[in-house]
Amino acid sequence: MVEESPMNAQERILARIREALTVPAPMPGSHGHGHDQGRVEVPAPVFAFQGRPVHVARAWLPPGGTTPEEQLTRFSAASAELKTDFRCVASEAEAHEQLRGIADSEGWKRVASHHSALTDAATTALGRPTLFTDGGYVPDDLEACEAGITTCDVLVAQTGSLVVNSRTSGGRALSVLPPHHVVLARRDQLVCDLTAAFQRLEELHGRNWPSMISLVTGPSRTGDIERILVLGAHGPKKLTVLMW
Amino acid sequence: MSNAAQQFLEAAGTITRNLRHRGLIQTALRKYEVARDRKKSAFNDWSSARQSAAETKWDAINHLDTYLTEFTSKIEARGTKVHWCPTGPEARDTIRGIIRDAKAKCVVKSKAMTAEEIHLNEALEKDGFEVVESDLGEYIVQLRKEPPYHIVFPAMHLTRDEISDLFERELGSAPTREPEELTMIARRALRRKYIQADVGITGANFAIAETGMVSITENEGNARLTAALPRVMITLLGIEKVLPKMEDLALFLPLLATAGAGQTVTGYNTLYGGPRQPGESDGPVEWHVVLLDNRRTELLADPEQRDALHCIRCGACLNVCPIFRNVGGHTYGTTYSGPVGSVITPHLRGLQDWKHLSNASSLCGACTEACPVKIDLHHHLLQNRRNAVGETPSWIERLAWRAHAFAVNTPALYQFGQEVARIVEPLRQRLQGTPLDPVKTWTSTRDLPPVAPESFKEWWRNRR
Repeated sequence: MVEESPMNAQERILARIREALTVPAPMPGSHGHGHDQGRVEVPAPVFAFQGRPVHVARAWLPPGGTTPEEQLTRFSAASAELKTDFRCVASEAEAHEQLRGIADSEGWKRVASHHSALTDAATTALGRPTLFTDGGYVPDDLEACEAGITTCDVLVAQTGSLVVNSRTSGGRALSVLPPHHVVLARRDQLVCDLTAAFQRLEELHGRNWPSMISLVTGPSRTGDIERILVLGAHGPKKLTVLMW
Repeated sequence: MSNAAQQFLEAAGTITRNLRHRGLIQTALRKYEVARDRKKSAFNDWSSARQSAAETKWDAINHLDTYLTEFTSKIEARGTKVHWCPTGPEARDTIRGIIRDAKAKCVVKSKAMTAEEIHLNEALEKDGFEVVESDLGEYIVQLRKEPPYHIVFPAMHLTRDEISDLFERELGSAPTREPEELTMIARRALRRKYIQADVGITGANFAIAETGMVSITENEGNARLTAALPRVMITLLGIEKVLPKMEDLALFLPLLATAGAGQTVTGYNTLYGGPRQPGESDGPVEWHVVLLDNRRTELLADPEQRDALHCIRCGACLNVCPIFRNVGGHTYGTTYSGPVGSVITPHLRGLQDWKHLSNASSLCGACTEACPVKIDLHHHLLQNRRNAVGETPSWIERLAWRAHAFAVNTPALYQFGQEVARIVEPLRQRLQGTPLDPVKTWTSTRDLPPVAPESFKEWWRNRR
């Protein structure tokens, strides 16, 4: 058997693609009408949303609110629907107070977190044994923690989502392996919609992307059994966002 | 008739009479419709958003070589190994090789329709690897040794009781009627697997050319864990998954979630740009991206149906299809069922063997209407019918049509035919349904309308 080098396979596929594309395809939405079954030369399509469509498409999507207050209201409403426990508090001290309250009511023995200004202050205030994932950890130890406390890059009013990444939010597993994910966030991290969120991410990481960026929208969920919603399928059963 | 066609007819005949199945599917899909409509109404302009998505995908597919090259060079620059696989067997062998090199025993997998397409699990199990599906629905159908019923809702055809029985039998759990408890049984069973597994396999929803990233959409967090804990990660995706820019996701993520499951956005939408990078605390040390052609380039070569490659696998066309809702997902006997499956399967697996799927349609157009990227699905079904007949014309059909054309173009002959039909009509009615009925194939499932006592022409003449 002759072993094909991967380069050959790549060239072969690209050649087939280029050959296929020598015949143009009809415009989207034209139902192939206006020419002989698409097999003859058709003019290049004129797009309604010429250029970079998504900038224009943004206007068609669910709105995220124009003022910070409106965005906060939307984020709050989306969180309620998603069953995210969203608490907007007046100060960092109050956020720590809330965090202690949750820890007491759920009886957390051990939490996991990562080093950052927000999380260091919070874990210190919490005063419980803490596993820091920075620099590596044993998965079984992380699995044994009752909560994962992280920061986030940005929060999205339009969808009630927040974005964590593998570099500055404690790695890939911290926000999904423990049964309760607590996110600490500042008011100015809340943006209007996904388009704004991607812009913010580019400002934050554009020169050096983390290997994982995850848009988290509510706690882990499934509807695989009779389409009935169950929270905590594999990831966290609870998601709490503390914002000040 | 091909084997596949015969099996389709038999399976459809059985399942359409199954009232339990019908009830289950109707209930599930009604719930979906309510949620979807609510989320659609949150859009400022759903139809413009669809058009915009169709145009973005048109751009991506019609410049596929450019975007794939960009995607590959960007993602390789950060330490990812990209494998190009022209066929299913080549993709399978590539993945088997990676797993063997990793000296792995246990493989954990998140949902990937492309893996179903190339029958990856069977191949890996034959090699002696333990492969565990981690998506709850996929895990359930894997335990039942069944293919997924639906591309988005794999275990939609099962009741909680059936799932409870299955878990009791396979996992030794106590019976329960609570979906929550059933989910927790699976959660506990799978938790260990993520930690033990040496290799994680995922599918992908989008490949972003601009930044060299793969985007994975899921609700459960199982793909997140699959991509976090095992030391080797493999991502299998079709070459048609590309999107030009990262910000295109701002449009595609809400469209996919709304059309697919009636959500604003899905629970986890995760972008992966490489294996574990310096300074990161976890993640796989090796990441392999397997790009699969498997005859997608043949579909690409058909400009008329090229837009079928725009498909984002949301399953919306299945959910609204009156045929799917009656015959169910398994009847199709294909990896991709429903309207989009009927369109692409003949391209992926041979027109003559799978042409019957084009007739499993009422041509109502509900699929085309539902498609978030505006694939012209029901017209493509018609085109597949035309192409199938064009390849193997039947002389008897051709003769019949020629005779018909001659008769309707010859008034005297047409009138004579009418007279004859009127005379034999009472006899035909008496024969209907008996073995002597000359049009039994039609009348066994439908009523033949009776010949009118007078023609329109006669009626008009008498009225004047």
